[in-house]
Amino acid sequence: MLRYLVRRLLLLIPILFGVSLLIFFWIRALPGGPAESLLGERATPQLVEEYRHRYGLDRPVYVQYWAYLKTTLSGDLGVSIADRRRVTYDIRQRFPATVELAIAAMVLAISVGVPLGFVAAKRHGGFFDNFSLVFSLIGISIPIFFLAIILKYIFAIRLGWLPSVGRESITSNAEHPTNFYILDAIIERDWAALGDTIKHLILPAIALGSIPLAIIMRITRASVLDVQNEDYVRTARAKGLPPATVDRRHVFRNALLPVTTIIGLQTGLLLSGAVLTETVFAFPGMGSWLRDAIFNRDYPVLQGGILFLAIVFVLVNLIVDVSYAFINPRIRYS
Amino acid sequence: MRTVSTRLAFVLVAIAALAAVGTAGGASKAGGTFVIAGASDPTYLDPALVSDGESFRVTEQIFEGLVTLKPGSTLIRPGLATKWFSKNGKDWTFLLRRHVKFTDGSPFNAAAVCANFNRQYNFRGPFQDSTANYYWQAVFYGYKHNDSSSLSKSLYKSCTAKGKNTAVIHLSTKSSSFLSALVISSFSMQSPKAMKKYGANKGELRNGTFYPTGTYAFSHPTGTGPFKFKQWVVGQKVVLVRNDHYWGKKPRISRVIVQPISNNTARVHALQSGEVNGADLVQPTDVPTIKKNKNLKLLNRPSFNVAYVTINSSHAPFNKLAVRQAVAYGLDRAGVVKSFYAGRAQVAQEFQPPQLFGWTSKVPKYPYNPDKAKSLLRSAGLSLPVNVDFWYPTNVSRPYMPSPGLNFQAFSASLEKSGFHVVPHSAPWRPDYVKHVNDGTAGDLNLIGWTGDFGDPDNFLGTFFKVYHPQFGFHNAKIFNILARASAETNLKKRIALYKQANIMIMKFLPAVPYAHSQPALGMQKKVRGYVPSPVGTDPFAGVYFGGQ
Repeated sequence: MLRYLVRRLLLLIPILFGVSLLIFFWIRALPGGPAESLLGERATPQLVEEYRHRYGLDRPVYVQYWAYLKTTLSGDLGVSIADRRRVTYDIRQRFPATVELAIAAMVLAISVGVPLGFVAAKRHGGFFDNFSLVFSLIGISIPIFFLAIILKYIFAIRLGWLPSVGRESITSNAEHPTNFYILDAIIERDWAALGDTIKHLILPAIALGSIPLAIIMRITRASVLDVQNEDYVRTARAKGLPPATVDRRHVFRNALLPVTTIIGLQTGLLLSGAVLTETVFAFPGMGSWLRDAIFNRDYPVLQGGILFLAIVFVLVNLIVDVSYAFINPRIRYS
Repeated sequence: MRTVSTRLAFVLVAIAALAAVGTAGGASKAGGTFVIAGASDPTYLDPALVSDGESFRVTEQIFEGLVTLKPGSTLIRPGLATKWFSKNGKDWTFLLRRHVKFTDGSPFNAAAVCANFNRQYNFRGPFQDSTANYYWQAVFYGYKHNDSSSLSKSLYKSCTAKGKNTAVIHLSTKSSSFLSALVISSFSMQSPKAMKKYGANKGELRNGTFYPTGTYAFSHPTGTGPFKFKQWVVGQKVVLVRNDHYWGKKPRISRVIVQPISNNTARVHALQSGEVNGADLVQPTDVPTIKKNKNLKLLNRPSFNVAYVTINSSHAPFNKLAVRQAVAYGLDRAGVVKSFYAGRAQVAQEFQPPQLFGWTSKVPKYPYNPDKAKSLLRSAGLSLPVNVDFWYPTNVSRPYMPSPGLNFQAFSASLEKSGFHVVPHSAPWRPDYVKHVNDGTAGDLNLIGWTGDFGDPDNFLGTFFKVYHPQFGFHNAKIFNILARASAETNLKKRIALYKQANIMIMKFLPAVPYAHSQPALGMQKKVRGYVPSPVGTDPFAGVYFGGQ
């Protein structure tokens, strides 16, 4: 297992090198640059030239890439051209928000999707199964921003039950030593802040979790249907084991394997920044930050932010792969 | 079905139970806290190093300049200087307000004034970045030591402190527009003691980008204003608290929170749900939503912008006056303003808003007249239709031009009726379009505009027409000359006369056709009182208070 882990971690090097190359040249292939974006109507040709020179954007691309690689390898992701803060500082501020949102969305998706998928499979062809099919189709096909706006309109604007923007009430004085607000509230034993943070997570998590929920539900259903027709399940039933025990020990556990893969992939995707959800709910995470960086052609933020997310994505997938061994003892890595 | 209903009910109950935790919409109910939503975080809180409205929204409350604007207007009134005068237009004497202190306890005096001006004058290297120190370069042109050949000789020469309460600013040439420019937050007074203590002048280039290494610009901005800095949570809020030792009338609210919400709709939603008390940059499409809501009201920001159609005079046949006049008569400006500005704009007759001195009703007018346009084209020896390459931006909504695509379509149709054949050409606003416009490569005609920075005609007319710009492609010594003279003139009456004359000359020459002065909107809860929107966007919060519904 250890050897496998080391090998996978070593594989990170070529992957990240490839990612860095892709990001670097993709960004520069976009028309225009940060000067034109930031100066707007004031972008005179003189100012643009001066700007490009000051930031070294007039040097050959390979020289720029080498400079970028050197500084990145030393752990310096640079400084944002638009807001002039260190990229690592913004990541420290924003990544915890995205993590909390992604986890909340996945908790919702798993806790609702897996049981619904299981029940749908057990009642295969029945009303609940058909209902779950329609439910999952809606979940997959409804645009996130539309669902987000509908949720906001009902629960925030009309009913006033839940907030429509941000991570916490704007007047909150809660302390945030780690920037993971839920964790902070627990550490500080600030239960009001905990409730406030959860309240701010509900609507974004429902909007963001809608697609993973639908996918997890369908995969769980399909997987359970497959597994319950396996020979070993039939054998277990033939042995006279109670149906609940067969489901728990033999069906559910084995059916979880493909679901775990999907959960891992979806979690990685959610951690990569929920652009639309974060934008609609003014949630200060990685997604809205990178969206603004694209508009501003903020090269350091895009390079640093995307590279960071690539590392996260690869690591999440590694964790998922390792977790297989715990879910299914037959799998051994060597 | 029963199971489903039960579970659905459970989910709804759970949501409602969680909703009950904490206080919904507590922001607006917290006594004395005014929460306003802008579009983004400030860049820094050192006003000398920023040029964006979101930074100024905050710095305007913390810092004060020598002169300020009368709320809701562009008229200059005393700020930290009670009086000022200049006999020759080059040496400007400011008599300073006495017994004023910065919020760190250090005194505001003539030495502090000179320290502030000299600080920017002596900027070197990355501090001369045009985006960071934009307004110094726009107003004073250069530094003591220019690091870039594109910078000009500095208008600022030196500053003399005569005793504690008199500061004299010496300019290298005569200028009057600089006085109006002093209202910009970039030239407000900052505590020299705090700047030194927290490293305001420390910065370095990291990967080619300037980064301040001191903490002043992030967590220790120190001014004399009605509010002082409390906290900045990046991406979430900037908190200011009342300066209880303020020299002037103290604010009635005890705290201001500025929340960045980049999505326009989300800003309005936050206003509707009561999470914020006010929202700036309301889009015309959201105006009816606010008007219909009984708890909300709409505030109008005085118009301080101009949308116009550039005519590139370096392109034949637009080098002929008759053809430019034909364009002016062929643009249905009144129709566009009526159709696409939701009643929040007026037809522009010249390049500066009517609120600004120098505006005159005596400029030549060009009402929509397709027949006259055609006859002008024929008089220029052209056969109809005349091809015109007309550019417009996509993916953008500017305060002066909320719907560029629709404006373009309407103008296109009216030009087609006026003897032109329009060849449409679009480009995304960021970054292609503006670059092409400024480079003079955005066709024969293009849609663009300008929002003023400070209350001086030089910021409009001077920006466009004081020198040659590839965008317009014309050389007209008379126009260049009169605008240079107007900028330098120290006698206000003479300045006004010069700008009126310049406006008439420009509208006769027609380097472009102005078409709209729009009126931006803000949304507020009805209980918010005393909020006066500024034409230049830097609204003071000191007068805000809460009344009954």
